[in-house]
Amino acid sequence: MTPAMSNANETVQRAQRFFEFIPHGRQLGLEVISWQPRSLLAKLPYRSEIVGNPYTGYIHSGALTVLVDQTSGTAAILELGAAETVATLDLRIDHLRPAKPGLPLYALAECYRMTRDVAFVRCVCYDEDPADPVATSMSTFMRVRSRQANETEEGKA
Amino acid sequence: MESANRTGLVELIAQARAEKDYDRLAEFVPYAKLLGIRFREDEAGQLLFWLDYKPENIGNALMPALHGGVIAAFMEHAATLQILWQRETVTLPKIIDFSIDYLRPGRPETLYARCSLVRQGQRIANVAVSAWQGDPERMVATARMHFLLSRPS
Repeated sequence: MTPAMSNANETVQRAQRFFEFIPHGRQLGLEVISWQPRSLLAKLPYRSEIVGNPYTGYIHSGALTVLVDQTSGTAAILELGAAETVATLDLRIDHLRPAKPGLPLYALAECYRMTRDVAFVRCVCYDEDPADPVATSMSTFMRVRSRQANETEEGKA
Repeated sequence: MESANRTGLVELIAQARAEKDYDRLAEFVPYAKLLGIRFREDEAGQLLFWLDYKPENIGNALMPALHGGVIAAFMEHAATLQILWQRETVTLPKIIDFSIDYLRPGRPETLYARCSLVRQGQRIANVAVSAWQGDPERMVATARMHFLLSRPS
């Protein structure tokens, strides 16, 4: 295994641990699939309880928003040290077409710019083909030093 | 198939309106039911939406805070219900785009929302939604969105 691969595996594990601490993500069965520098891929399984249109079986666009928000935020966090987390400032989603009923939905989120205070993330959602997206999104996140990290540092002082 | 669907939705809304059976319309969509979205019409005919706290809606377990995606989904679905309640429609409005600004973390307590149909044309509706907890002046989030409406046949 190359160092780059082992680094990717460690980052995937870190993202998975992060996902496990998110109760609503757990309820929907959100799952980390893979990571490559700056980009995180996650999956939302199709389930009857996340349907938004009972006539067509299309999943609720709000459940897609949960997938986008969680994957985008985590992509930003993975660019930061363990002492930092992020808070969503804003998020915009364009819904290009309904997701195909019965298929899982994937979100590929890229933290394409990190500044001293703000992370910028773009995200694409698709069911079968990344080139035929269901939705696209842009979001910004504020960097926040986690409370635990502050407490640890205060303990040291 | 499509005509049967349309009749079903029209009847459901008419019945919910006539019988003031808000929960029936609120629970009609599975994901809205899973989140626990509810609403009522006040004396002035304005709709108030709310989401009672439950642990499954948490996003940050350490703070704890409501999942940002849950807040967004609640606000988007509130707008959908507002359109269904206010407008004679035969199909569910389709979301075109959605934009949310987060102003405060959602605490583990009831989240409220009100919607305003800013502009309603033949095909497109623009809806603004604000959400708060406790003091309506201290907003948790504001959102705006466009919906594609069914064409009157």
